[in-house]
Amino acid sequence: MEHRDDIGAKLGMWLFIFTEILLFGGLFLVYAIMRSSYPDEFHQAAHHLNAFIGTINTVVLLLSSATVAMSITAIQKGNKKLAVILLFITLLCAAAFMVNKYFEWGHKIHIGLYPGSDLMVTLSHGQVMFFSLYYFMTGLHMFHLVVGGIILTIVMIKVKKGTINADRYVLLENGGLYWHLVDLIWIFLFPLLYLIT
Amino acid sequence: MHPETVHITPYRSHAWVLITLLTFTVITVTVTWIDLSALTVFIALLIASVKSFIVLTYFMHLKYESTLFRVFVFIVLFIYVLVILFTLADYAYR
Repeated sequence: MEHRDDIGAKLGMWLFIFTEILLFGGLFLVYAIMRSSYPDEFHQAAHHLNAFIGTINTVVLLLSSATVAMSITAIQKGNKKLAVILLFITLLCAAAFMVNKYFEWGHKIHIGLYPGSDLMVTLSHGQVMFFSLYYFMTGLHMFHLVVGGIILTIVMIKVKKGTINADRYVLLENGGLYWHLVDLIWIFLFPLLYLIT
Repeated sequence: MHPETVHITPYRSHAWVLITLLTFTVITVTVTWIDLSALTVFIALLIASVKSFIVLTYFMHLKYESTLFRVFVFIVLFIYVLVILFTLADYAYR
């Protein structure tokens, strides 16, 4: 009989998630310190952020989290087709998030608001800190989103092939955990960056 | 692994969790239109914490995992809160 330890696999995934929490946690700590040091500058700089796009992306990520969670239900019930469809919807949401980010960042770069730009050097230290944190944190988050998208694409193919099935689906669960982490980070990024005006 | 011990969350439950999370999103956005000055950050963080608790409990299945998982998550969050408190205290009283 083949060796298999689903609990161990999930525990390993959680340990990895803890390192991610501490990675972003460190950045949130920098944010907290900088924000308390430069409250007015953060307030002004945040006006440049598009809260509407931020809200749309929040909804998109929450929806994608729900579809991943539902795809686990589908595979447990042996509904392979539905699991694939739900994972595909999740990937579409990831793509929608990226398109929104493209327009959001694109607009900012167009008006000259990016690290090291001519406009940026004229801004106060607090505002520069805000935009640096904004680009770094949303950028690192987007990198996680891309990685999560790749993982879920692999998971979707495996579900389609039947390597992930009603009997063994721990890879889908772990891929889902990673995806929820991406959502979890955004839950804090969104109000702290977009809604502080 | 015994299939009979596996908890299968109904689709309906996931849908309700999604609706709850979307409701909290609406609240967190509308609350910023009201000027509450110092309270704004506090409320934003409070709502974000409630939302993450829901995601951790239901979407990430912590409710249905063994106690070990919940203990681990608690310890990590506890350590992180300590790090925040010590750093902020250091900044406030130096």
